[in-house]
Amino acid sequence: MKKVKIVVIGNGMVGYKFCEKLMSKASADQFEVVVFGEEVRPAYDRVHLSEFFAGKTADDLSMAGVDWYLNQGIKLHLGDPVQQIDRSNKTIHSYKGITESYDYIVLATGSAAFVPAIPGVEKNGVFVYRTIEDLEMIRAYAPRAKKGAVIGGGLLGLEAAKAMLDLGITDTHVIEFAPRLMPRQIDEVGSKLLQGKLEALGLTILTNTNTLEIAGEEAITKMKFANDTSIDVDMLVISAGIKPRDEIAKLCGLEVGQRGGIQVNEQLETTDPFIFAIGECALYKGMIYGLIAPGYEMAEVVAANLCGGKKEFTGFDMSTKLKLIGIDVASFGDPFSPASEARVIVYEDTNKGIYKRVNISKDGKELLGGILIGDAEQYNMLLQTCKNKIVLAANPEDLILGSRGGESEGGAGVTGLPDDAMICSCESVSKGDICNAVIDGAETVDKIKSCTKAGTGCGGCVPMVKDLMVHTMKAQGKYVRNVVCEHFAYSRQEIYDLTKIDKLQTYNEVLNKHGKGDGCEICKPVVSSILASLWNGMILQKGNDVAQDSNDRFLANIQKGGTYSVVPRIPGGEITPDKLIVLGQVAKQYNLYTKITGGQRIDLFGAHVSDLPAIWKLLVDAGFETGQAYGKSLRTVKSCVGSTWCRFGLHDSVSFAIEIEERYRGLRSPHKLKSGVSGCIRECAEAQSKDFGIIATEKGWNLYVCGNGGSKPQHAHLIATDIDSATLIKYLDRFLVFYIKTADPLTRTATWLNKMEGGIEYLKNVVVNDSLGIAAELEKEMQALVDAYKCEWKEVVESPELQKRFNHFVNAPQENDPSIQFVEMRDQKKVADWK
Amino acid sequence: MSELKSTKVNWFYACETIDVPEDGGVCVKHGTDQIALFNFTRRGEWYATSNMCPHRQQMAISRGMIGSVEDEPKVACPFHKKTFSLKSGACLSGDDYQLKTYPVKIEDGKVYIDVK
Ligand code: SRM
Ligand SMILES: Cc1cc2nc3c(=O)[nH]c(=O)nc-3n(C[C@H](O)[C@H](O)[C@H](O)COP(=O)(O)OP(=O)(O)OC[C@H]3O[C@@H](n4cnc5c(N)ncnc54)[C@H](O)[C@@H]3O)c2cc1C
Ligand code: SF4
Ligand code: FES
Repeated sequence: MKKVKIVVIGNGMVGYKFCEKLMSKASADQFEVVVFGEEVRPAYDRVHLSEFFAGKTADDLSMAGVDWYLNQGIKLHLGDPVQQIDRSNKTIHSYKGITESYDYIVLATGSAAFVPAIPGVEKNGVFVYRTIEDLEMIRAYAPRAKKGAVIGGGLLGLEAAKAMLDLGITDTHVIEFAPRLMPRQIDEVGSKLLQGKLEALGLTILTNTNTLEIAGEEAITKMKFANDTSIDVDMLVISAGIKPRDEIAKLCGLEVGQRGGIQVNEQLETTDPFIFAIGECALYKGMIYGLIAPGYEMAEVVAANLCGGKKEFTGFDMSTKLKLIGIDVASFGDPFSPASEARVIVYEDTNKGIYKRVNISKDGKELLGGILIGDAEQYNMLLQTCKNKIVLAANPEDLILGSRGGESEGGAGVTGLPDDAMICSCESVSKGDICNAVIDGAETVDKIKSCTKAGTGCGGCVPMVKDLMVHTMKAQGKYVRNVVCEHFAYSRQEIYDLTKIDKLQTYNEVLNKHGKGDGCEICKPVVSSILASLWNGMILQKGNDVAQDSNDRFLANIQKGGTYSVVPRIPGGEITPDKLIVLGQVAKQYNLYTKITGGQRIDLFGAHVSDLPAIWKLLVDAGFETGQAYGKSLRTVKSCVGSTWCRFGLHDSVSFAIEIEERYRGLRSPHKLKSGVSGCIRECAEAQSKDFGIIATEKGWNLYVCGNGGSKPQHAHLIATDIDSATLIKYLDRFLVFYIKTADPLTRTATWLNKMEGGIEYLKNVVVNDSLGIAAELEKEMQALVDAYKCEWKEVVESPELQKRFNHFVNAPQENDPSIQFVEMRDQKKVADWK
Repeated sequence: MSELKSTKVNWFYACETIDVPEDGGVCVKHGTDQIALFNFTRRGEWYATSNMCPHRQQMAISRGMIGSVEDEPKVACPFHKKTFSLKSGACLSGDDYQLKTYPVKIEDGKVYIDVK
């Protein structure tokens, strides 16, 4: 049989999804597929484009690598836009001169940013926000800019504005033509509240503002508005809407809409039945669907029909959620139903900045739509309730207030959904599909993702998937416990207690006695950490070495490329010139990239695994010891200079920081631990952002616990004031051992506290008032750990046996990994980028 | 040299069994290829795979932790903890990656890998 030949024009998210769906439905040899993409890289996740600024690489965002197309037998032409479709001869011509015949064409050309015809838009410093290249250019230009602006206060514009703040352009304006932000998704009250939140982030919002001119010589310097005002700007992102890419469709005579978009019917056929259009370029019933879920649904319909199915596209819901961290905004169904057509229930808490609105049908039975601002946790539930027309319970206000006592949950709750409720709209996975997968044994979110694809698109449904999983397992009579993994039916705390009671010493002993199977990358580090916390033995002793996380196994952090970093302890950030010289010499000898860390010490990067023992020999000989930068253990105790030099210093914070760091060095714990000691309330050591922080007072020290920097910063809580050094150390001993005993794996002290029943008052009682009567025991355990401390690297340096493991090749121990590549930057080396 | 003659042309001598840690892995150099070799002592099994992780092309699989999921033996890449079946090389973390696998045999305390 001759293969049916399909030419896909456009390799964006929807074009890719079409290929994926077609391949999974088609029988082998049914189709020949040729894809043309204008962009230079294969389709990537545009929805999460902004994460490019948060460190994601183009590779991370990629939907599938070039290999995927190859393996599927799809011919992929990148960087080669199709320029012409010859419908009478059924061929297409590309920019690079390729001519291909076709049986069917799928147009998935997406859209481009709409750029209004404002004089000056061509100036340097004016950008759009659509492709990875756009973002690369923005990132390159940003360091020169101090004042930024975004035209457009819709979903995308706000995302772009937040990105500009994150790029360091703290003075950024959002310019909106309409009287308010996100006019198409939320109502006036909501817009106002949102505006307040954005202003609190540092954005300046100008509504009712129409840009007349972008002024400047070569580059933008000013924007002039219709109301005779102007602002100084040196960088502008235009996000004023989208323009469907219908140019080649128009050129070959297909019908397009007045304001753009390729006209399609329920089958996504254009006016030529051999040509389909899907995604953001398609115009269905006068509507362009600028969201990913409808695009995927269109891909599904065309793929299914080409494979002999019968599916129709009949429109799609435009519910959305804004993706700005810390700012919850969501809108679903019909957010605006007026009070004359619906019962509108509104909840507003101006203090907390929360606004919720739901529109309910006049008979009180159906949820028509709504808006959530400040707290969008119920978004998924409400969206499902609305889309599936679930009959509401007697107190519909519970939908947004939560059930306040009594039985009813207002009809919501995962249980209330029918089996065909769509949980993952991106991949069209229903509640029934997910529950069945769980019944068939997919009892982790990862497994559900891999067998149903739910949650692999925008990821917004993952919390619901998890709820459904737990619910289904409970319904099957399975007890869902906070267990570590499939090999242990215990929580970390339980394993800790069992290991202690039985005095177990190795991973295998613990697994044999209390677990099953062969272990895995989750339970191995957990048990290893418990063993180290309990006995403080050498972590690389035989049997336990292979149960350590890679970083612990080589006593160094692994980096991109496979080299390691070397971080000696520099307690309190204090270092003699002689030691500083040794660090310099070692770095020079082994050609290591050298950097001062955020933790007041020096990191030497780029060491080959086989060089680690020799490097550490030099360091140990010079009096350094390991800084455990690789371990879930105490990292640094930062200090400010304190009373020895500072005119405000109340006590000697450096000496105390060194004392504390040396007491707890090497202490292994559920997650890493950081501390700081400040010599006065000016707080130069940032102690209140640490797991435990100490600040000098006139009369002694104040002790703070459970702070965190990192991704979710949290201030530490004060638990004791004006105490002396000995008392403080006693409290710390108790606090730390209590944490080690009771926290879940990989839980920092702040998160541990957040989950603790009774919160900080409870913790304070345990630590300060000994409410559990275990203080003496906790102190004793800490003392035993302190006494057992040895520098791990010193032990390796002294043991030829342990050093044997530090080779790349077992059969060529003297050779380094030849695949490691370095490049030069600012007179030092850096590792070559991910391939 | 280390290639065995006649009947065993594709069996490549890698190392002695005692060179590989129990329940752990090492990296074997074979020409310009790198092979991760695992001594899965708990199961009494040996496995070999490509040392290069298909996720970000890092030469690191041999430094990964091994274990099992249900009864499938697996290895987790130390970089982003993608896991792969040691038997089939299939990615078990829901991605489309494939890790190359090689047969292994043990004779007289020596480990051979079929590199063909
Ligand atoms: C080297 C350093 C950055 C620098 O150049 O300054 C660094 C480097 C890394 N940090 Fe950090 N962090 C460094 C200071 C910090 C700080 C600042 C501080 O300690 O004052 C923070 C915020 C404070 C905090 O932790 O509360 C910080 C918050 C993190 C986090 C987020 C933790 C959180 O609770 O959200 C991670 C991720 C994790 O641990 O899971 C992380 C993880 C990492 C890792 C280990 C990532 C990894 O797994 O490879 C990096 C290892 C680099 C390497 O190969 O050595 N690093 N990291 C700093 C080393 C300090 C030191 O001397 O040991
Ligand atoms: C920053 C940002 C954030 C977003 N956030 C969300 C969100 O949170 N939720 C959501 O649902 N949606 C969001 N979207 C929208 C979503 O990304 C789009 O709906 C989706 O990408 C549309 O897919 P597509 O394949 O139709 O178009 P595109 O992804 O634009 O792909 C079309 C491709 O076709 C190429 N092309 C065009 N003409 C030709 C030609 N003649 N020959 C060959 N190739 C051609 C283009 O270069 C492009 O690569 C966001 C978009 C952006 C830019
Ligand atoms: S050093 Fe820390 S903040 Fe910087 S990239 Fe690594 S983990 Fe992220
Ligand atoms: S490189 Fe192996 S998991 Fe990313």
